Amino acid sequence: MDHQLVGLMETAPKPGGDVPHKKNKLQSKRKKPRRYWEEEETSPTAAGASPGPSRSKKRKQELRPRRPKNTHIQKKSRISKKPQVPRKSGERRNLVPQRTLSGAQDPFPGPAPVPVEAALKFRRIDKSKKLLHSKSKTRSRLEVADAEEEETSVRAARSELLLAEEPGFLEGDDGEDTAKIRQADIVEAVDIASAAKHFDLNLRQFGPYRLNYSRTGRHLAFGGRRGHVAALDWVTKKLMCEINVIEAVRDIRFLHSEALLSVAQNRWLHIYDNQGIELHCIRRCDRITRLEFLPFHFLLATASETGFLTYLDVSVGKIVTALNARAGRLDVMTQNPYNAVIHLGHSNGTVSLWSPAVKEPLAKILCHRGGVRAVAVDSTGTYMATSGLDHQLKIFDLRGMFQPLSARTLPQGAGHLAFSQRGLLAAGMGDVVNIWAGQGKGSPPSLEQPYLTHRLSGHVHGLQFCPFEDVLGVGHNGGITSMLVPGAAEPNFDGLENNPYRSRKQRQEWEVKALLEKVPAELICLDPRALAEVDVVTLEQEKKERIERLGYDPEAKAPFQPKPKQKGRSSTASLVKRKRKVMDKEHRVRTLDKVRQSLEQQQHDQEKKTKPTGTRPSALDRFVR
Amino acid sequence: MCENNAEKMSATSAESLLALRQQEELVDLPKDYPLSASEDEGDSDGERKHQKLLEAISSLDGKNRRKLAERSEASLKVSEFNVSSEGTREKLVLSDLLQPIKPSSSLATVRKQLNRVKSKKTVELPLNKEEVARIHREVAFNKTSQALSKWDPIVLKNRKAEQLVFPLEKEQAAFAPIEHVLSGWKARTPLEQEIFNVLHKNKQPVTDPLLTPVEKASLKAMSLEEAKMRRAELQRARALQSYYEAKARREKKIKSKKYHKVVKKGKAKKALKDFETLRKVDPTAALEELEKIEKARMMERMSLKHQNSGKWAKSKAIMAKYDLEARQAMQEQLAKNKELTQKLQAASESEEEGGGVEENELLVPDVVNEVHINANEPNPWMRRSCTSDAKEVEIQKDPEQPPEPMAHEDSESEGEESPVAEEETLLKEFEERRSLRKRPELNQDAEPVGGREAQDASSQEVLSELRALSRKLNKENQEKQSRKQKGNSVRAVLPVQREEPAQEEEEPLLLQRPERVQTLEELEELGKEGYLQNTELPRPVSQGQQTERNPDNQPGAPKKKKRKEEMIDLQNLLTTKSPSVKSLAVPTTIEALEDEEERDQKQMIKEAFAGDDVIRDFLKEKKEAVEASKPKDVDLTLPGWGEWGGVGLQPSAKKRRRFLIKAPEGPPRKDKNLPNVIINEKRNIHAAAHQVHVLPYPFTHHHQFERTIQTPIGSTWNTQRAFQKLTTPKVVTKPGHIIKPIKAEDVGYRSSSRSDLSMVQRNPKQLSVRHKKQLKKNSVD
Repeated sequence: MDHQLVGLMETAPKPGGDVPHKKNKLQSKRKKPRRYWEEEETSPTAAGASPGPSRSKKRKQELRPRRPKNTHIQKKSRISKKPQVPRKSGERRNLVPQRTLSGAQDPFPGPAPVPVEAALKFRRIDKSKKLLHSKSKTRSRLEVADAEEEETSVRAARSELLLAEEPGFLEGDDGEDTAKIRQADIVEAVDIASAAKHFDLNLRQFGPYRLNYSRTGRHLAFGGRRGHVAALDWVTKKLMCEINVIEAVRDIRFLHSEALLSVAQNRWLHIYDNQGIELHCIRRCDRITRLEFLPFHFLLATASETGFLTYLDVSVGKIVTALNARAGRLDVMTQNPYNAVIHLGHSNGTVSLWSPAVKEPLAKILCHRGGVRAVAVDSTGTYMATSGLDHQLKIFDLRGMFQPLSARTLPQGAGHLAFSQRGLLAAGMGDVVNIWAGQGKGSPPSLEQPYLTHRLSGHVHGLQFCPFEDVLGVGHNGGITSMLVPGAAEPNFDGLENNPYRSRKQRQEWEVKALLEKVPAELICLDPRALAEVDVVTLEQEKKERIERLGYDPEAKAPFQPKPKQKGRSSTASLVKRKRKVMDKEHRVRTLDKVRQSLEQQQHDQEKKTKPTGTRPSALDRFVR
Repeated sequence: MCENNAEKMSATSAESLLALRQQEELVDLPKDYPLSASEDEGDSDGERKHQKLLEAISSLDGKNRRKLAERSEASLKVSEFNVSSEGTREKLVLSDLLQPIKPSSSLATVRKQLNRVKSKKTVELPLNKEEVARIHREVAFNKTSQALSKWDPIVLKNRKAEQLVFPLEKEQAAFAPIEHVLSGWKARTPLEQEIFNVLHKNKQPVTDPLLTPVEKASLKAMSLEEAKMRRAELQRARALQSYYEAKARREKKIKSKKYHKVVKKGKAKKALKDFETLRKVDPTAALEELEKIEKARMMERMSLKHQNSGKWAKSKAIMAKYDLEARQAMQEQLAKNKELTQKLQAASESEEEGGGVEENELLVPDVVNEVHINANEPNPWMRRSCTSDAKEVEIQKDPEQPPEPMAHEDSESEGEESPVAEEETLLKEFEERRSLRKRPELNQDAEPVGGREAQDASSQEVLSELRALSRKLNKENQEKQSRKQKGNSVRAVLPVQREEPAQEEEEPLLLQRPERVQTLEELEELGKEGYLQNTELPRPVSQGQQTERNPDNQPGAPKKKKRKEEMIDLQNLLTTKSPSVKSLAVPTTIEALEDEEERDQKQMIKEAFAGDDVIRDFLKEKKEAVEASKPKDVDLTLPGWGEWGGVGLQPSAKKRRRFLIKAPEGPPRKDKNLPNVIINEKRNIHAAAHQVHVLPYPFTHHHQFERTIQTPIGSTWNTQRAFQKLTTPKVVTKPGHIIKPIKAEDVGYRSSSRSDLSMVQRNPKQLSVRHKKQLKKNSVD
């Protein structure tokens, strides 16, 4: 069956002869990241490659250059160059060069200075909650926690330096619409290695294709409606397996590694290995329409025609739960990568959020007037994009409020949606793919102007951005198309987590580690940070029970009892007087506090009232910190 | 002035007078009473009273207020039995009594005693038991609490410490170069000292790993040819040795009895000849040979070799009846045994000893006799034990070193020095002689442990032969020997001694090569050490080999708690106006829709979804959910209780209101102001099982505790170093080390017998200040 794919494979047009020249130019134009040890040298290089002239050029396109394995080596060498010696903050200012044992002199002694904003990004403690006045012991513990947080955040900020790669981008000249730039233009502009990432697989025989990239972004699996299943290392175009299951293939998905492949076939769910050998046929999951894999929980979530959402633990091979969504056929499903909640789109225009621990949906959001056609959640779990039968595309904020941030009517309505790692949104409408980009990484994609558009040879049936590569994979009637989308993916990968260049041995070791760190399924909830909070309900309940058991509150403050004084001086009247005095004092303190609080509140309100008059509130205000 | 005073006082005095009079009357009354009986006295009394009155009046002016001493006649009642104090209203004072005693010395003691009595106060009653105990307790408590309070800061510090490492006393991991360490080192144990001495003797470099001067010199001096020559020599020696060994092995393997017999005989003959010549040439060597024979005898006596008890002998014994040869062989063996076991020179020795005794008998008969008796004893060790001299001790001290000459000299010098100790010297002389005789034996006894044993065993046969021959000789030469022996004995030792150094000299030649090899190896090792030293420089461990995971799946921004005051209109929400459709300016895809077209489309959609009102359904669903989540009221009304009941009768509204327990209103729903959302309010009990539900000790509010656990500690979210630091164990113990309880010295306080008190005495003030602070803090809390 190999000939089938190989023969039909049609790689991207070869770049012209002038490409290397262009590429060199582009690379020289690229602003080099400034390093702390380059303080003296930066000025000449900056002069050589100032960003100014590049603007005058008609267009500047760039794919993030990928240097295989280079990054890793570079990091290592840098580390050996300058060991980070943990020092206290007081010593950080000490910049006197010190002689080492070897006699070499460190020109930049001490750890590298860290900008406050960079460290602030890694701060975890929520300081908004005000604490009660605490005892010295407690205070010391809190201080220790604070110090730890600061230190770890500084360390994390400092290690950001190691994220050497920068995302690519596509920038038009003033007034030029980037959406008009065609794939061919991009391919022409970028280097050969990146250009090779754009290709089309013409597979017209076995109907519309669904596709899935592995978590490392190295492997691609696709399944045609008419039973064609294949997996390949798409970077090298090396075919791993290719089979025809002689059954309708609804969806296809890699499990935790590229060695296992789950295929939702017409009747049951099947699992194949990378040789194409069928390992399991799971009959309890029947008539599956969509598959979703939660990598940290080792759960395979399946949505079926019968309306059941089933969680299968692939590490032990057991079904964790089967939830009845009570909303008819389920054919729209996606996962929230932030909290592993499954989003299901229903025909009544709602999107329901599911966790295997709860029988009912965690939340239900009414999104569209018609049925929901596609749902996608971005990698930070902040935004959800939905499209419905009412031809609308909406972006929702998932942080507590579930309110639409922006919406737009599309002439045809989007049948498929996908978010990239850096927050680009791709929508497949008929045989057209539109991509929208936001202002930055944390911002939602603005639906005003598409970033890129591309027309395919058939109707879109599956969409996914490739992790760690600026590539969008589109499955359609005519096969598979790999599009170049500059700036789509995260440029820096975690070598211990998702290493695209990992060897077999590394993969095996990672597998063991990941299994050891598997998160229990019942921990999936809307706000994962809530797990780090005290279970107040149980706490109160236990306290109550304890008080009942003991007959008194052991933690309550004892009421003031005046001490009997010298003989004759502690009459009942004077005792009562003293008691009252203390009570009054406490009361005064309390009321004073209240008054102060209310005053502050008033002031705050006034400020609030005065504030909006100055500037109009914009939707972006919510991101101002 | 005086007058003025008088005037002033006049008023007061008048009052006082009155008072006085009253007093006097009061006082006098009882006095009068007994006196009233005698009239005479009544007179005098009256007179006296009058007088007093006058005096009082006169004293009113103030000048003459002092009362004049009253002179009176001795009263009638003066008697030696009764001292009347009448008239004088003063008390009798002890000092008045004592005054007359003063001059008389005899009464001084009495006075002293009285003084002592006077000075002594009354002893207070002892406190009762409970009070004493309480005071003791209080004092003890104060002391101990003070003593213990010095540990407070340490305990506090240890509790707050991030990590405690036990055992507490740390061995200083000083990074000192090896030279420093070695220079500070001193040999303590005798073994170390010995080694050190040896090293110093050879000028072995201790600190600097270099060659000794000798080694250096030898390295320099030895040329290539010389080294080659030496090597050739050594090779030759080794080859010779191996030839000899091979020959011996070959000979040993020969099984022919006849051959062995011949060889044996030849050897015996040769030995005899040798002995003969030796006796003539070197009598001392001959003597040695004799000793050897003696030893062979001893061996024979110990073993059962020729006693017809072996396997061969037993078989022969059976055959002996019929076989003449066997009989002969047995007899031969027995004869041999006899021959071997026969005491050789016992007679001659005793004779000789006797001769010696005879000579000495004149001087010291008793001691010599004693010694003689000792000498007769066959066991040399028994003899040893009898004589316990200083010399003996010396011998025991270092048995390898022959003490004879030294001791001899000593004894001689002693003899010269102290004629008094002549007896002793003579005794020693005898001892020496005896020991001299025994020495070779001893040497032989001591040495077989080494390599000679095998040789002895092999040569025993030869020796037995030799013995037999030598006995004959001895018999002939007994007289001669006995005469000479005394003189020889002393001299004979010296050559033996001389031989040993010669052997020693030979040894170095043989051992030289291995030694050199050793030194070379050492050199290499030293070189290696040096290399290691160089390479051992602490190299920074490459840290954080992996990139930290980009924590972009963390919540980007804190959720804004903006409350929408107004209920958002759901209708509006779902029909948000699209920003602009024109912007979809993709020339290749779809042409932009006009507003009209949009309107048309909307209309179309509306028509399409006319049947299913999505919004109403959703609102209905939400209402149901809200109702379901609301806490239910409890209705406790019993129908028919207190009123008519039956079918169709409902309890009255009043009653129902009365018995309805309203459920407390729960917290507001999260989706209260969010029309398009239904948020499930149910608690996730599975997740709650993983949550903390007991506040740990120092925290009083769950917010406090939450703050301490908000930073993740896993390696996924932290850099490698941070992860390591966050997960360091609280207590580290070294395996295999005893963890002793904390001492004052460990913490830095000076040690003393009552170490716990030392600090309190040192700085009581600081402590008190600290305590005050703590108290203040507590009060504030």
